[in-house]
Amino acid sequence: MYQYFYDLTGNTILATLIVAVFPLVNVLIVALIGVYLERKVSAWIQDRVGPNRTGPFGLFQTVADFVKMLQKEDATAKDIDSKLYNIAPVLVFTGSFAAYAAIPFSSKLIGSEAEVGLFYVIAISSLVVGGILMAGWSSNNKYSLLGAMRSAAQIISYEIPTAIIVLSIVMLTGTLSLDKISNMQTAYFWNWNIFGGAEFGIAKFLLIPFMVVGFIIIFISTLAEVNRTPFDIPEAESELVAGYFTVYCGMKWAMFMLSEYGNMFAVSAIVSILFFGGYHSPIGYLGNSLGIEWLIPFEQAFWFLAKGWLFILIQMWLRWTLPRLRVDQLMSLCWKYLIPYAFVNLIIIGVISLL
Amino acid sequence: MKSAEEIFQILKIEFGNSILGLDKDTPTEPIISVDPLQIHRVSKFLRDNPDLQFDSLMCLSGVDDANGNKVKNADGDELIEGGTLSVYYNLHSVSLKHKISLKVSTSRTEPKVESVENIWKSANWHEREAFDLLGIFFLNHPDLRRILMPYDWDEFTTEVSRHPLKKDYKNPEFYQGMKVPY
Amino acid sequence: MALKTEHMVLNMGPQHPSTHGVLRLELEIEGELVKKVTPHLGYLHRCFEKHAEAMQYNQVVPYTDRLDYLAAIGNNFGYALAVEKLLGIEVPERVEYIRVIMAELQRIASHLVAIGSNGADIGALTPFLYLFRDREHILSIIEETCGARMLYNYIWIGGLSHDIHPDFVRKTKEFCNYFKPTIVELDNLLSYNKIFIERTANIGVLPVDTAINFGSSGPTLRGSGIKFDLRRDDPYSIYDRFDFEIPVGKGLMGIVGDCWDRYYVRIREMEQSLRIIEQAIDHIPEGDVQSAIPKRIKPPKGTVYKRVENPRGELGYFIISDGTVNPFRVKVRAPSFVNLEVLGELCKGYLVADVIAILGSIDIVLGEVDR
Repeated sequence: MYQYFYDLTGNTILATLIVAVFPLVNVLIVALIGVYLERKVSAWIQDRVGPNRTGPFGLFQTVADFVKMLQKEDATAKDIDSKLYNIAPVLVFTGSFAAYAAIPFSSKLIGSEAEVGLFYVIAISSLVVGGILMAGWSSNNKYSLLGAMRSAAQIISYEIPTAIIVLSIVMLTGTLSLDKISNMQTAYFWNWNIFGGAEFGIAKFLLIPFMVVGFIIIFISTLAEVNRTPFDIPEAESELVAGYFTVYCGMKWAMFMLSEYGNMFAVSAIVSILFFGGYHSPIGYLGNSLGIEWLIPFEQAFWFLAKGWLFILIQMWLRWTLPRLRVDQLMSLCWKYLIPYAFVNLIIIGVISLL
Repeated sequence: MKSAEEIFQILKIEFGNSILGLDKDTPTEPIISVDPLQIHRVSKFLRDNPDLQFDSLMCLSGVDDANGNKVKNADGDELIEGGTLSVYYNLHSVSLKHKISLKVSTSRTEPKVESVENIWKSANWHEREAFDLLGIFFLNHPDLRRILMPYDWDEFTTEVSRHPLKKDYKNPEFYQGMKVPY
Repeated sequence: MALKTEHMVLNMGPQHPSTHGVLRLELEIEGELVKKVTPHLGYLHRCFEKHAEAMQYNQVVPYTDRLDYLAAIGNNFGYALAVEKLLGIEVPERVEYIRVIMAELQRIASHLVAIGSNGADIGALTPFLYLFRDREHILSIIEETCGARMLYNYIWIGGLSHDIHPDFVRKTKEFCNYFKPTIVELDNLLSYNKIFIERTANIGVLPVDTAINFGSSGPTLRGSGIKFDLRRDDPYSIYDRFDFEIPVGKGLMGIVGDCWDRYYVRIREMEQSLRIIEQAIDHIPEGDVQSAIPKRIKPPKGTVYKRVENPRGELGYFIISDGTVNPFRVKVRAPSFVNLEVLGELCKGYLVADVIAILGSIDIVLGEVDR
């Protein structure tokens, strides 16, 4: 990708910028469609109609909201720590946006084909915690502070089971590159990691139950990392009003929302790369059977987005169905259940992969 | 299950002169009048006596009897001088299912009644309310603050506009710079 | 050297998503652990009692609507009964039946909001909207009869403002049939939800003797496991003719008297209300609903304390008459006001998130707390 644009323009900076535009556009679209879908999905679940005034089926509602947000006065409370207060939303957004650099959208659309892609994604998304803590502290608001403390504790705790499951996949595939992990699950859906990977043999069948367990654990813990119900206690609206961004408004608030939806897609993408073949089609490519080479990357991008959106829809479905856990229950779920299970799972997968 | 008459007799024997009388001419339960400075003892007896067991205070209401003389002060406001303020207690026994009403009357100029807060906890807010709206002081109340009116109401008002449920209450002109009469 | 530490004071309200109005709770917290709760009231004080003294007896009825605005018919009912007792008048059978049916419909509507908002406080927003959908059926039935959806001014002293609509009986029966499966759905969606149980069971336990001492009533008292319902224990109107049970908290998911018990009592009470409605709906006698309304309401001197079982508990009216057309004193013993008092006791030692759950399970209406 980068190489292609570099060859085209002959300028490193220009090529970098052009490459960076794709994920940015994707984040914006994810946020726009995500907010719209969240409203529509929640409306359908709750026996309502949802937005239907702005444009056909209310499609432009989020666009209108976005325009409104841009015009809003940047009102701030009196005793805030303005330096941290202004940095926080940027940092949070950077954290979630930077993760996109290593995510392969298709075999041709990859920001960076870094060998340590998976490691990089986990590391860079930790920036979000710093931003959230800054936001909570600098707001000089007790609700924000409580929300930020909860959020930091939650995100850091839930990174552990995530990392352990990621580790077991890395053990199996032997690489940290997201592109290579995707490519190992090419061709048909029975080659996906959740079905034991591409190598046919006894190990493949032994792996299936443990892969499913691993998938469930990583799905739950990523849900917690992006603060979605039932783990949305950092912004638990009935307790903490809006958690760490209680006093933010206008565009700064919008950046938190943007990063939330960006994060949702990012973790969905990671889960689908690790377990569901990434950008690879489950049923083969139309481009291959028709003999049209250039169609394949587009098909791959389609499948990738479809998988990502599927997980986002599941996240929404959960959000509008389940009540919220309490902060101590959340922690005990992580430390007493997810982490031990993830460890055992890791060991078993390790043993099986030695077979 | 005891009738008001029997309860009155029991109380009369136990407390003698502290029980002032029995008023039977009301549509609801008859009302027993009690000395305001003995109400705590009487209440404790009513709750703990195994034949009575009044374990629940249904309602406690402060009332301005408005039975004093009406006089005009310098501003032309009509005030009530003398007379009494009363507190009514409606008691109920969950276990024995009988009811009784008590009444204490205290002077309007210095309204003092014993608190029954440590007998029935539900009296706490009711007594605060009676203090807030009528200015009745409940002796030994642990937390006698205003409850419905603003805590700083006294700072912005005069004597006539302090306790709104008094019959001679006048609205203050301003509260915190806001005009009160509309 | 030990570090100096202080408790943090968190003001929850008066503007807060889940204080059910304009209640302000001053929480003293250590981390997230609640050390002390001080409720501050009065943000919705509208001087009901002072207003009532300036009104004639029948003019007070619309004001009673605004006390517990989620159960306005219950408020009308209690006030009308108190003044009727003072006047010594009997109302026709037809009026009694319609009053009971309306009050029970209103009880269901009110419990639906209580249950829904309790769930919404804990994060389950979807059941809340389902319950509002069901409440809508009741509101339209009542609207068809008396023209209002929330503040009805329906039960007058000695009668009713309107006779029932010709469709009333049919629609009420339809609603009963529609609503029974909905309760099962609600049970499956929320009552037995694992997370909901985790959040409410063993939280905010209210022992029976504390409940009685604090004067708690209604589902808050019955959740603690005591069978006390004024419809049964101090029968008024024609409740003694109907066969119904009094659901109590049994500690199915935890300790008796926890939040889940209080929540569950409400659901089972809705079933019993349906039972009463079904028994009454076919036996409404013919008659004129306004025949007993006195032309001039001038009760004799005296005092009366009349209490009814409102959805939130014991609603009492203490009325003193001095023989004129205006009440001398009207004091409302509001169930929410008294039930709220126990909150400070319940919340000690729990987390901030539990305060919300406990408050939701007590189910207060600020219109009634502040009056």
